[in-house]
Order: sequence, then structure tokens, then C-alpha cells
Amino acid sequence: MPTIARWYIKTALIYLILALATGMLVALDPAFLRSVPLGPVFIHLFVVGWLTQLIFGVAYWLFPRHSRERPYGPHPWMVPASYIFLNAGLLLRVVGEPLHATYPAWGMVLVVSGLLQALAVGLYAVYLWPRVKVK
Amino acid sequence: MPPLSQKLIRIALCYLVAGIVLGAALLAEKGLGGTLRLWALLPIHIEFLFFGWMVHLVFGVASWILPRTAAHARPRALMLAALLLNAGIVLVCAGALMPGFSMAPGRGLEIGAVAAFAFHLWPRVRPFMRHVH
Repeated sequence: MPTIARWYIKTALIYLILALATGMLVALDPAFLRSVPLGPVFIHLFVVGWLTQLIFGVAYWLFPRHSRERPYGPHPWMVPASYIFLNAGLLLRVVGEPLHATYPAWGMVLVVSGLLQALAVGLYAVYLWPRVKVK
Repeated sequence: MPPLSQKLIRIALCYLVAGIVLGAALLAEKGLGGTLRLWALLPIHIEFLFFGWMVHLVFGVASWILPRTAAHARPRALMLAALLLNAGIVLVCAGALMPGFSMAPGRGLEIGAVAAFAFHLWPRVRPFMRHVH
């Protein structure tokens, strides 16, 4: 299995644990966290951190190779770049939600988080497109 | 990969990009405290990512990767599933955006899509066959 696929899949597993821990906090609803919107953090850790990242890792490994000469295509750098942007964006979301709830002036963190995740997904979709092919 | 699986996976990628761009716009609205009322589009963001991205991807990858034989091919059911799923997503989005328009017909079409997909896939979920040489 290629290195970047292993990174995606192992990071996805860590996010699953983080998502479930956040879900537990949401369920416990402790008084000191009542002002922090943990619901969106829980959902995005699960859907982006776990599911989407797992799909990205498995697809990179499993989908038809680009060509015999270049199995991972002419621009394989797009995948590690996407990995960095996706995780940076998601971590900014995790930090940004409570930060924005407490100090609304820090809302720019959420804006950057969204931009990084959109960039990551755009890069990955452009990379994967030619590997989704009829054999 | 069969042509219909390719189409389903590429449609899934389009929904993923559209859903995440919409999500980034919602997040920007939240962070900057904008007045565009983009949050009315939250159901579209969710619909695109769950049914547009994940369900299409599952349909596409499962129809590609599960065991295939000519005797078990039900390509029309898979085509029907794809059509119903996309019509369902459009109607659910319309229901979310238009006052007085219910999401229920869209959900009904999505149920039909899953039923058609299950009909397509059912005989392909089977034990290994012994090869006779």
C-alpha cells in the first residue's frame, strides 16, 4: 500500500477515536462546555476526518492505475498536498468553533478552515478524475 | 471499471466538490457574521455530501468491485437506481428551498433508488465459486 494511502487511513482511524470522544462529551453535556458548539465538531470529525479521509486513502490505493509508466499519474504531489490542506482545515475547524463561540472576532479561523478543506477536496477530485476510468 | 460505475463515481466527485464549496461558504458566513442568509442552504450541503457523494460512491464502487457474472447482470436496475437517486436529490433540495414544497417525494425516490440498487446487487453478494478446470 502506498505511503500516502497509509497516512490517510491511519489518520482516519485517529479521527474516528477523536470523533467518538467528542460525541461522548456531547452526550455528557458538562456544564463548563455548554457554551461551546461541539455538535458540528463531532459531525465533521466523523464525516470529514474519518469517512472522507478513509475513502481518499483507499481510493488512492485501490482505483485503476493511471498508466503502466506512471501508476499514480503525472501529478501525484496533489495527494499529499490535499492531505495537508484537509487536515489543517479540519484542525482549524476543531479549534475555530469553540474559539469563535467565545471570541467572535476569531471568526476568520473558520473562514480559513473552510477554504483549506475546499482546496483539499478540489485537488483530490482533480487528481482522482482520470483514475476513474473504464477498463 | 464498467462505464456506469465510472459515471456514478465521477458524479460522486462532482457532488463532493459542490458540497464542500457550499460548506466553505456556510463557514465563511458563520465566521464573518454575514447577512446573506446562506444557512438556509445547510440542508443542501448535507444532501450533497450524504446522498450525492457517499451514496453515489457506494453505488459506483460496489457495482464495480463485487463479483460479476453475465447470469447475475441487472444493468437496468443499476441505471434506474442512478436516475432515481439524482431525481430524489433534486426534489429533496427543492423541498428544502421552496416554502410549501415537501421533501417527502424526494425521499420516496431515494428509497426507490436504494431498492433498485439492492435488486441489482443482491445476486452478486454470494460465496466464492469453485473453479472447475
